[in-house]
Amino acid sequence: MSILIKGGRVIDPGRFGGIADVLIDKGKIAAVGSNLSAPVDGWTIHADGKLVMPGFVDLHVHFREPGFEYKETIQSGSAAAVAGGFTTVCCMPNTNPVNDNQAVTEFILERARLAGLANVLPVGAITKGSEGKELAEIGDLRRSGCVAISDDGKPVMNSLVMRRAMEYALAFDLTVVDHCEDLHLAEGGCMNEGLVSTELGLPGIPAAAEDVMVARNLSLSELTGARLHLAHISTAGSVRMVREAKARGIHVTAEACPHHFMLTEELVRGYNTHAKMNPPLRTWADIQAVKEGLRDGTIDVIATDHAPHATQEKQQDFTEAPFGIVGLETALPLTLGLVEEGVLSLEQAVQKLTSAPASVFGLKKGTLAVGADADVAIVDQQELWEVDPSKFRSKSRNTPFAGWKVKGRVNTTIVGGRVVFKTDPVER
Amino acid sequence: MMTTPLNKSVERKDEKLIMDAGDISRAMIRIAHEILERNKGVKDLALVGIRTGGVHLAHRLVKRIHSIEGVLVPIGELDITLYRDDLALRKNQPILRKTSVPFDMTNKVVVLVDDVLFTGRTIRAAMDGLMDLGRPEEIQLAVLVDRGHRQLPIKANYIGKNLPTSRDEQVQVLLDEDGEDDRVVILKS
Amino acid sequence: MSLKRKDLLSLVPLSVDEIMLVLETADSFKEVTGREIKKVPALRGKTVVNLFFEPSTRTRTSFELAAKRLSADVINFSPSSSSVVKGETLLDTARNIEAMQADIIVLRHSSAGAAETLANGVKSSVINAGDGWHEHPTQALLDLYTIRQRGMNFHGLRVAIVGDVSHSRVARSNIYALIKLGAEVRLVGPPTMMPCGVEKLGVKVYYDMDEGLRGANVIMMLRLQLERQGRAQFPTIREYSRLYGLTVERVRLADAGAIVMHPGPINRGVEIAPDVADSLSSVILDQVANGVAVRMGILYLMSGAN
Repeated sequence: MSILIKGGRVIDPGRFGGIADVLIDKGKIAAVGSNLSAPVDGWTIHADGKLVMPGFVDLHVHFREPGFEYKETIQSGSAAAVAGGFTTVCCMPNTNPVNDNQAVTEFILERARLAGLANVLPVGAITKGSEGKELAEIGDLRRSGCVAISDDGKPVMNSLVMRRAMEYALAFDLTVVDHCEDLHLAEGGCMNEGLVSTELGLPGIPAAAEDVMVARNLSLSELTGARLHLAHISTAGSVRMVREAKARGIHVTAEACPHHFMLTEELVRGYNTHAKMNPPLRTWADIQAVKEGLRDGTIDVIATDHAPHATQEKQQDFTEAPFGIVGLETALPLTLGLVEEGVLSLEQAVQKLTSAPASVFGLKKGTLAVGADADVAIVDQQELWEVDPSKFRSKSRNTPFAGWKVKGRVNTTIVGGRVVFKTDPVER
Repeated sequence: MMTTPLNKSVERKDEKLIMDAGDISRAMIRIAHEILERNKGVKDLALVGIRTGGVHLAHRLVKRIHSIEGVLVPIGELDITLYRDDLALRKNQPILRKTSVPFDMTNKVVVLVDDVLFTGRTIRAAMDGLMDLGRPEEIQLAVLVDRGHRQLPIKANYIGKNLPTSRDEQVQVLLDEDGEDDRVVILKS
Repeated sequence: MSLKRKDLLSLVPLSVDEIMLVLETADSFKEVTGREIKKVPALRGKTVVNLFFEPSTRTRTSFELAAKRLSADVINFSPSSSSVVKGETLLDTARNIEAMQADIIVLRHSSAGAAETLANGVKSSVINAGDGWHEHPTQALLDLYTIRQRGMNFHGLRVAIVGDVSHSRVARSNIYALIKLGAEVRLVGPPTMMPCGVEKLGVKVYYDMDEGLRGANVIMMLRLQLERQGRAQFPTIREYSRLYGLTVERVRLADAGAIVMHPGPINRGVEIAPDVADSLSSVILDQVANGVAVRMGILYLMSGAN
């Protein structure tokens, strides 16, 4: 079974850019070049005027299974992923039970196989139960298929435990991911601390709660030599410290989420629970810093922190409502917005969604190299559409972007040589 | 007293003049005499004006009565807003004015004073309001204009002028105290 | 002039004219509350629900009395955390109450924004009777009424608000209204009790109480949350009381005719010395008495048909 993608503008970051055909055969990329001929037994996808890219890689999603299937399942999350052009997603371990052992890892992989849509790669916990006390069986997690470790959402507060985790992870060549938040400084907070939180009477989370943990983690990475990846950085301080650490050769990478370069804390006014996420939406100055970080390469990756929550949970009053928004089905147009704005070149933007995240976790993904898994996203860069959460494939609808008119839409998503999502008809 | 000459020069373009200052003044003199006659003097007499036109007229009556009997009868001011029967139906609540009845009404003959008697609903509200403030011996009613169209069984004891009107006509009493020339008019639509 | 609002959630959107309308309307009700028969039929047939998720006998009683004196039917609903079924949101509870044909819901809740969330979800009018650290608009309006009753003009008035501003909804509502009315607002307390960026609201912050009180016309004391002693905001009650407690000596630093206010309940001997609370300059009991008239005024103004 083969597929020929004809006449599209191919963007394979760092390798190739231009009008070309892409031939897929037996689930792999067979050729990229001009005037490739259609296979006898295959399909042809006409991609004239479209972008043809490696499928996107998201290092940060929450698929809620096991434990919170009413928010999202691996099936529904995978469907949302491929609808957004994501062919590989890394799911965080804060399920119930926590993914701190082989059984949960294997369960997730089995569910993903049954869903048969995206590549779902589990991130294992750093500590047992993500309680920040005892290390999880990290070696076992690695062997059963975890691609990184993190106690996402429940950051490891004990610096000694974090040091040991970083040292131990070196043995398995695992990247250690941290959600940087000093839980004491952030205690009870539910939005950025500043004039807006003062006016709304909401408990704030100061930027310093993120910054002090970024500083600690950078020091520990320097101490241990571990590969450190900083999840969803949101402050000017974080960006500055990562930039400086990279210059000094520390093994650090960082990601930013679309909401952290699109929205400010002002959106919380009116107690809009779709503006409640952690890290919280920050200030205009922070947005500028995050954009600059993306532009100059300080921030390597764009990730979604796709965090589905049921409607009734987000309908609670602001302090009660859970943190987080869904992101898989809106990330592409928001990222392309940075291209329109001149912050990133198109190639840079694609790189931050594909080859860069793949290399952070050492995945053989995010490329159209001959022989690579045929994970491809075909995108109409010009298509205007309105974000309508009722049409999401995700089980949840919690997005602050509802009603936004955006530009750039996924037409076709191919995983392992199979078309798993399409809006346009495919011709035989 | 007002000394505007009796002529139609005060009539405005969009108004039909019903009473001028002289008419109003004569009506007030007559009502003052009628009140005294009916109640055989000023003993236990008190006046309560309904805000806002009625309050002005009540003050005028007190002055009249004083000039006849040499006695200042007690006077009160009543805002009937909280007793209106249409409060629950209105979108925006009317502005409240102050009620002030600084005397004990028990055993008093209270003459309610209003400018225009129409459906009778205001007077019903005023009587309820008075009853919440005390227990008068008797309540009487004085109005400058009775324009008919009663919706409640209410009748004035003292009337300045009976004015036949159609239901949708607008009758206005304009008074010097509010910065207008004294007059009663029907607004032309 | 009328209050063309479905809800009273915050004093931020209110114009000066609207604030003055509330105070003038309250004046009329002050006369009613002075009568032998303190009841008027203005809200006959209307239903007022006091929905109190946080216990507050004082505010609830004040609203209850106000509604009853307007002849409204009053239901007190105080869902304790245990009786509200887990998973039932504030909106679920409120919609149930609305189904009972409540015209006005008076909400007290521990979360900032709860009143706004509720107001967006129900057709009934919502009056915020305190939401978390956010606002307590009726308390501020009765404070303003009490200041005005003492013959003070708001313009140029020096008001010192003393205590834990960061956790105080009373302080926020008063700051918004007083600034709007042209008063000079001073916040007095340790930096740990001043919310981030509060100077940008147009107030002056004083860490030294004596300095903050100098020449003040109004001293508004806030209640100290005693449980915040220790790691959070101040070392000990003893030290707090010495630095920020209102004593007779400190009252003397203020303007000669200065009044002392407190939203209650008072921690006697902590934020305010007993002899100050009972002194002539104290208007604390006037505040309570005025609370009913002001709330009658607000209920009246908000009771227009929807």
